[in-house]
Amino acid sequence: MIKSLNLDLAGEYLVMASTLIHIKSRMLLPEPEEPEEEEEDPRAELVRQLLEYKAFKEAAANLSQRPILERDVFTRAALLPEETEKAPSDEEELVEVSIFELIEAFHRLVTRLDKKELMEIDLEKMSVTDIINEILDRLSSEKNVTFDELLGEIKSRRRIVYTFLALLELIKLRMVKVYQATAFGVIRIFPAVEMEA
Amino acid sequence: MESIKAIIEALILASEAPLGLDKICTVLPQVEKSELKEILAALVAEYKERAGGIYLEEVAGGFQFRTRPELGQWVKKLKGMKPASLSAAAMETLAIVAYRQPIVKSEIESIRGVDAGHALKVLMEKKLLRIVGRKDVPGRPIIYGTTKKFLEVFGLKDLSELPTLRELKELNEPAENVVPVEADEGAVTDEPAEELPGS
Repeated sequence: MIKSLNLDLAGEYLVMASTLIHIKSRMLLPEPEEPEEEEEDPRAELVRQLLEYKAFKEAAANLSQRPILERDVFTRAALLPEETEKAPSDEEELVEVSIFELIEAFHRLVTRLDKKELMEIDLEKMSVTDIINEILDRLSSEKNVTFDELLGEIKSRRRIVYTFLALLELIKLRMVKVYQATAFGVIRIFPAVEMEA
Repeated sequence: MESIKAIIEALILASEAPLGLDKICTVLPQVEKSELKEILAALVAEYKERAGGIYLEEVAGGFQFRTRPELGQWVKKLKGMKPASLSAAAMETLAIVAYRQPIVKSEIESIRGVDAGHALKVLMEKKLLRIVGRKDVPGRPIIYGTTKKFLEVFGLKDLSELPTLRELKELNEPAENVVPVEADEGAVTDEPAEELPGS
């Protein structure tokens, strides 16, 4: 039975079942005449857990009753992603992007590719190290670059993957910082420290 | 005074995200902050009194025009979309993070008693939660917290505006009454009830 089930789920079920049996057996034992220490009622822990869970369940219900954006209330329609990307201004307010936005940007670029091209064998020799050097070169001449600019004209899948890996490596080494103005906005890469020109 | 109010109104409409007081200050440096606050409160009241299609709300540390909740169904019709709703599991996980942040996955799971991985993933994708760091314990688990978008979506000024957890207070007190006995007035008991004289 358990074999065919999700093991995690089955495990949790077993833990609960044994906890209940444990409690039951402790309740059946006669209490020592003179209790050495004040023993907590074995049910207390479980009850505390249940009460805590109940409190959060209510909190969750409370939250869903609020007027929720895009369900009950709406704001002025935001610009479409394409439009914001076309209008990068110098006054963009920069926010730090998470790895998720970076992955999303990567995903968008890959899906933009022509499917046919993916079948071709790419003979271009390239390594992550090459791309890292290229990015650092560009960052020393330009103050910042966007992910798109880094790719240039050649937008092969391999190129995008390598650029993405290079970026991740550079972020890990804390050599670059990555910012984005708005959700779906252009991702800009800055040198972490001002480089000597 | 009247024109400043008009300017602020225009700024809020033109702003994509909720417009904060600080931003208004940079546009109108000659006006005192306290005065701006008064004008904003007046604007909020004006829209409330007008009871039209939109209202002005203070949300996520800024001000934003929103359509009235009662009109949601019509706007949805215009946009032709399904209501974006979260599953019960996701909502519970979100509530736990909101009240207990910063929090790691195992702490969430000890409250809900089940795996929270999927719910966390969904909430991260919807940008309601974010990673705030890693806990300095073996395994370096990820610490989660809510985002500004969480405040926007649920129409909260800040986290302190979350309704308080009534039960949490009781939980912090020593659990004396394990089985809560509710003394209901109309409760029928098998035992003969003792009648207090003169009650």
